[in-house]
Amino acid sequence: MIKITDLHKAFGSNVVLNGVDLHIKKASSMVIIGGSGTGKSVLLKCILGLIQPDSGTIIVNGVDTKSGDREAFLDQFGMLFQGGALFDSLPVWQNVAFRLLQGKHRLSKADAHDIAIEKLRRVGLKPDIAELFPAELSGGMQKRVGLARAIAAEPQIIFFDEPTTGLDPIMSGVINELVREIVEEMGATAMTITHDMSSVRAIADDVAMIHEGQVQWTGPIGKMDDSGDPYLDQFINARAEGPIEAVR
Amino acid sequence: MMMIQAIDSILARIGRSTLGMFESIGRLVIFAAIAVSHIFRPPFYYNAFLQQLINIGFYSLPVVGLTALFTGGALALQIYSGGARFNAEAIVPSIVAIGITRELGPVLGGLMVAGRVSTSIAAEIGTMRVTEQIDALTTLSTNPMKYLVTPRVLAATVILPVLVFIGDTIGVMGGYLVGTHRLDFNDATYLKNTWDILEFDDVSSGLIKAAAFGFIIALIGCYSGYHSQRGAQGVGNATKTAVVTASVLIFAANYLLTELLF
Ligand SMILES: Nc1ncnc2c1ncn2[C@@H]1O[C@H](COP(=O)(O)OP(=O)(O)OP(=O)(O)O)[C@@H](O)[C@H]1O
Ligand SMILES: [Mg+2]
Repeated sequence: MIKITDLHKAFGSNVVLNGVDLHIKKASSMVIIGGSGTGKSVLLKCILGLIQPDSGTIIVNGVDTKSGDREAFLDQFGMLFQGGALFDSLPVWQNVAFRLLQGKHRLSKADAHDIAIEKLRRVGLKPDIAELFPAELSGGMQKRVGLARAIAAEPQIIFFDEPTTGLDPIMSGVINELVREIVEEMGATAMTITHDMSSVRAIADDVAMIHEGQVQWTGPIGKMDDSGDPYLDQFINARAEGPIEAVR
Repeated sequence: MMMIQAIDSILARIGRSTLGMFESIGRLVIFAAIAVSHIFRPPFYYNAFLQQLINIGFYSLPVVGLTALFTGGALALQIYSGGARFNAEAIVPSIVAIGITRELGPVLGGLMVAGRVSTSIAAEIGTMRVTEQIDALTTLSTNPMKYLVTPRVLAATVILPVLVFIGDTIGVMGGYLVGTHRLDFNDATYLKNTWDILEFDDVSSGLIKAAAFGFIIALIGCYSGYHSQRGAQGVGNATKTAVVTASVLIFAANYLLTELLF
């Protein structure tokens, strides 16, 4: 579904991605882990074309992302940004329904509103927040509105950048289940970044760990615990001692 | 030897900054061309356009009106004291009318709107840039140039002439009020003199300038915000750059257009 080959990206002298190779299978859930600042968010943005990679190829559905119709390409995606990135000039429901109100397949306002309410419910939010503005919500609520927006148009490929950060444990559980449902029932392909190991275990079919600009380890979730990779072991067991230096 | 090196490095620096300047101008021109091209390519965001007409036009009325009123009044006093030196006080209504419509109305109105609008556009779009809202638009298959920039640029270009026309009227009124109350002009004579001297070109050339200033104000606001650096400081810089650049460009454009329309 998504095949990344030898991807490089540097910001000035700061080399972030240094030859990433990764393959995400159709209708599967890939979870990306790795230390803070290792370039996980940059990787997702490179796939979406929000950041121009320096070199390397990204093939989505058999099409090189550098060629082809960008609009059609982006139509298959949903993205939850790490910071939410909600439009603060629009009420919550219009944020969620944003894509449904644009473009060729535009829905009526009433229909879009109904769908927005339904998606808000799926992320554990009540209908009465629909008319509020993003600035009037708590951080965790904003995150969930961002999540509802990402899934609103039922895209084939969904990227979640830290969907459960800032949520209470119960809500995290709800969101983990939601991600699973989207993959299993809707057949979507999901790519999730998370620092929460319980989320990793709940969401992932496959796991990839990014370290120093490369994929340090990748494989099915079942093999994560006995990978024999010292970097991965240190990371998933949250040890301060190991090959990864704590000060970066 | 030292001397040559020093001159060398100074020349290099001048060269670099000149190249940098041309690069920025080039980028601005491309940005403007893209923004304008979206006027002719659907979809159109009518609601965004109407909202900007109100934001930029309606809410700038008090600022532009008061600026014109006081400028017209001050101008009447100045011309009177200047004219008195060769017994030409009677010229006040004509000079006020021509000065306001051809020059002061559009330039001062443009500057005031630049202070109000280019800053707020830069801050708004800059904040959207640093909070990734512009990236989010892209991922939701919405072209941010079309959705954010084009409606603002078009609205400002269309509405500034209207604003300046209203400002012109109020400015002439300011001159009239001072002329009839503080100086001893007769009501009817003042108005007749104003009306007789004004030609279509006086007003229209000012309105053409106003449209150009509107374009500059919104374009520079959008451009600065769109290329805002990260963080609160980035947005602050974008805002500052917007108002300074827009004001200087308004003066430059004013001179060029005056040459052209003279
Ligand atoms: N637009 C940008 N301009 C310059 N540098 C950037 C930009 N975006 C990211 N970086 C740099 O790239 C590196 C990786 O950033 P990224 O946001 O991908 O980290 P991350 O792995 O998502 O970390 P976290 O888990 O904390 O979110 C950082 O050093 C960051 O400073
Ligand atoms: Mg990140």
